[in-house]
Amino acid sequence: MILSEAHELMRKNFRSFAETEFTTEIQEQLDREGGFNWDIWSKMARYGFTGCKLPVEYGGQGGDTLAYVLMNEEFSRICPVLAIYANTPNSLGGGPLLACGTPPQLEKYITPVAKGEKQIVFALTEPGAGSDAGSLTTRAVADGDYFILNGRKCFISGAPIADYAVVYARTNPDLKGSRGISMFIVDMKLPGVSCGKPESKMGISGYPTSDIVFENVRVHKGDLLGPLDKGYSVAMKTLDGGRLGVAAQSLGLAQGCLDEAVKYAKGRKQFGKPIANHQGVSFMIADMATEIAAARELIYSTAVAKDAGDKNASTMCAMSKYYASEMANRVAGKAVQIHGGYGFIKDYKVERLYRDARIMTLYEGTSQVQQIVISRSLLK
Amino acid sequence: MSYSSADINEFRDIWVFCEQRAGKLMNTDFELISEGRKLADERNARLVGILLGGKGVAGIAKELGGYGADKVIVCEDPMLDVYTTDAYTDVICDVVMEKKPEVLLIGASNIGRDLGPRVAARLHTGLTADCTHLDIDMEKYVSFLRESSTIDVDAVKFKMEDTNLKMTRPAFGGHLMATIICPRFRPCMSTVRPGVMKKAAFDQTKADACEIGQYPVRRNADRLRTRVLEVVKESKKLVDLIGADIVVAVGRGISKDVNKGIQLAEELADAFGGGVVGASRAVIDAGWMTSDHQVGQTGKTVHPRIYVALGISGAIQHKAGMQDSELIIAVDSNETSGMFEVADYGIAGDLFEVVPLMIEAVKAAKAF
Amino acid sequence: MRVYVCVKQVPDTSGKVAVNEDGTLNRASMLTIINPNDLSAMEAALELKDAARCQVTAVTMGPPPAKKMLQELIAMGADDAVLISGREFGGSDTYATSQIIAGALQHLGVGAEDVIFCGRQAIDGDTAQVGPQIAEKLDLPQVTYAGKIEKDGSVLRVRRLMEDGYMTVEVKTPCLVTCVKELNEPRYMTIKGIIECYDKPIVVLDYEALKDEPLIDPATIGLKGSPTNIFRSFTPPQKGAGQMLGGSSQEAVNELVGQLVAKHVV
Repeated sequence: MILSEAHELMRKNFRSFAETEFTTEIQEQLDREGGFNWDIWSKMARYGFTGCKLPVEYGGQGGDTLAYVLMNEEFSRICPVLAIYANTPNSLGGGPLLACGTPPQLEKYITPVAKGEKQIVFALTEPGAGSDAGSLTTRAVADGDYFILNGRKCFISGAPIADYAVVYARTNPDLKGSRGISMFIVDMKLPGVSCGKPESKMGISGYPTSDIVFENVRVHKGDLLGPLDKGYSVAMKTLDGGRLGVAAQSLGLAQGCLDEAVKYAKGRKQFGKPIANHQGVSFMIADMATEIAAARELIYSTAVAKDAGDKNASTMCAMSKYYASEMANRVAGKAVQIHGGYGFIKDYKVERLYRDARIMTLYEGTSQVQQIVISRSLLK
Repeated sequence: MSYSSADINEFRDIWVFCEQRAGKLMNTDFELISEGRKLADERNARLVGILLGGKGVAGIAKELGGYGADKVIVCEDPMLDVYTTDAYTDVICDVVMEKKPEVLLIGASNIGRDLGPRVAARLHTGLTADCTHLDIDMEKYVSFLRESSTIDVDAVKFKMEDTNLKMTRPAFGGHLMATIICPRFRPCMSTVRPGVMKKAAFDQTKADACEIGQYPVRRNADRLRTRVLEVVKESKKLVDLIGADIVVAVGRGISKDVNKGIQLAEELADAFGGGVVGASRAVIDAGWMTSDHQVGQTGKTVHPRIYVALGISGAIQHKAGMQDSELIIAVDSNETSGMFEVADYGIAGDLFEVVPLMIEAVKAAKAF
Repeated sequence: MRVYVCVKQVPDTSGKVAVNEDGTLNRASMLTIINPNDLSAMEAALELKDAARCQVTAVTMGPPPAKKMLQELIAMGADDAVLISGREFGGSDTYATSQIIAGALQHLGVGAEDVIFCGRQAIDGDTAQVGPQIAEKLDLPQVTYAGKIEKDGSVLRVRRLMEDGYMTVEVKTPCLVTCVKELNEPRYMTIKGIIECYDKPIVVLDYEALKDEPLIDPATIGLKGSPTNIFRSFTPPQKGAGQMLGGSSQEAVNELVGQLVAKHVV
């Protein structure tokens, strides 16, 4: 796809930011120690990346979905975990609010999130409700002007550093399955809210993930988000944006792997010549590049289709996520293979990219869930 | 008669602006006087220094004669003690417009690069910055081209009687060399970087014979539009690997005497004019140096002007961190060392023997 | 208060540069970028704008593609931009260039409160001449090598960097300051800035627009008007494969240092 001048300039800007600010030291430290880099976060906030596609009237930059995709791609190419920093407020964090928040709610929650002053996370998954999110058991019981929240969420990205969480809880146990679920905006500092220990993960260390436990948390009815008992279907609608974001992260990660593999293949000499001159290696590179190009076209077209209100956009988002995340794992595997033994050593970036890639087919809806979404749209 | 920079036949002699700070002449002044002497001889003209400063600055002028100046014009005034653009531009233009030198050379210090363009613009003449090579004599220029360029010199017709100053300088970050001329205006001005021209041998008799002329300064300080509040000297900041101009790196090859090896690297870096000592991963892992010195895949990527690798085997890990250096010199006892694949110059030998010789040779070359 | 920032679009000479077979530079192989020192100058202007209301205008002399650079600078925060472009201006050396830019600035108007920022030097010409020469043509005081700038009303206090320290210099507006990279960290563009930059004005000044300015004298602009001309340009001989220096250690060292001296490396 040929990008407009504005989009090319945006790409250039994102790339320049990532290449300069996401230093190797920072990347390695995050991988080693986990935690969260507040310095990079505040830089992202300063330039409005945290509000990339959030509305201008609520402190955002007013960018389109393609701008958001480019941001994820360019950031992830240098450091996948840092891409998640900018992604969350624009997708799963801000999404539910934008879908059905009232103006006071948008003003109160979106504005500080867009400006990077506050962080908001998406709390759906539970120990017993992963792909089968509709079977969640967190309970919200009405009590006058409040709801009492009890339950446990797990694998919530960003929970340890979040100010707010969009929490999915069952408000009507008489309705079966995914019906009877509502959304609440929960202030993480409310009495009864606590986070578990940050998980020790295979990859994307540097964006902390943990459980959130709710023990008799009193949430004001003004923080009910969207229609009572009908929150789940809203949740599903907002997942599109997040899926495309993960697709773009996967694309960037794969491109980063390709860049590293090409550099290494040109420099490493065996049997008297650079390994790039051996077809076993060069053909791998050809395959990697082709898959990346195909993913790129799919993702960019999906972004444009989504903004145009195309009725297939939702399915395309699922396809993008499914294809790009699986592709990124294939490409990362090949990149390690091209590096030979060095690809197994932490000194080399592909070792980390290989581990970071593994989450892409798992979070924000596993590949299998994407397959369900895609097939349903064709077979209904 | 009114002044016109286009009346080129009115202009004569080679002049050098001699910068002083706190009453001391700069090393570049001697380099430019030495170079100016050659040009004056090629042109059959006089070499004149022009020196501005506070009261008493005439006292330091004779030294310029020792490097070849026939005369030094001194402008003494309290307002010239510390450099300001307005004062120096005014006074130099006054003198030039009266005396009409054919050529004016200025050292490209931070001050020279502030002053030169201002003077050239006021005098409506051409200025060429950061020249690395100057010729008046066309034959000399042609032989310079022959050895330093890819031009097929014999296929070109040169006007051998052309006496314009031919000013050669790097452009495009050094990727291109250009020879510039200023054919229609005088003085022909050129700035030259410190350390580029060779200083001649000092001759006391010449110094004693140098003519000193006082030029009365006819300007007053009302003209000055900038005010210098303070001049502060700072000690040299810590040079880091990434910004370094010169890096001398050590590898496992120093194992037989680690401290001596590191010391030799430091001395070699100093001999080149100041640089940073780096190390391969083996040295860091062995605990001989701290990790901030590491060059390579883990560690820093550097692209200095000169990279010297001492006793480094040149694994791809290390090469990744330095292979874009402008000039690479490698010394290793093993002639199959991987460093020799990327080096511009390689010496297979014992670094403890080779490096001391290198240090002496580099120092000797720089001293002249 | 108006702040002008003089900028130049340059080839990226820090990267790999391809050389044609005939020894000329392959300019098409080089990416164009905004001259790095000019970004520092723009950042200095934007910091003044952050502190007090003013109009920041980016000014460049160049061919039509330079418009893209101006759009970037507007996305960075400049209010508007001016492109000085015309056949008559082509081939200008620093004297002629500064004449033209000074003429354009006079045309736009330099008021008593105004400041002109320039980068110290461009990475293609590397002369550092245009800034001071513009100041001379506009008869303005100049401070070069600015490593720190403080503004107090119409007085600027500038830390002028020297090789071994600095001078603190005070100057009143209107004035011209040249900026070095030590001065600041140029900001990135915001997404909103990029979206909106295409709607902000870029004025093109050609020869017709400027010819009545006193500084725009056809005898002193363009290739014909330039006091300096390129006599010859050439590429230094390319870096070939490395050499192993043989013989005894002393012989090898002598050969090495001899070559380094010949190459002006030492």
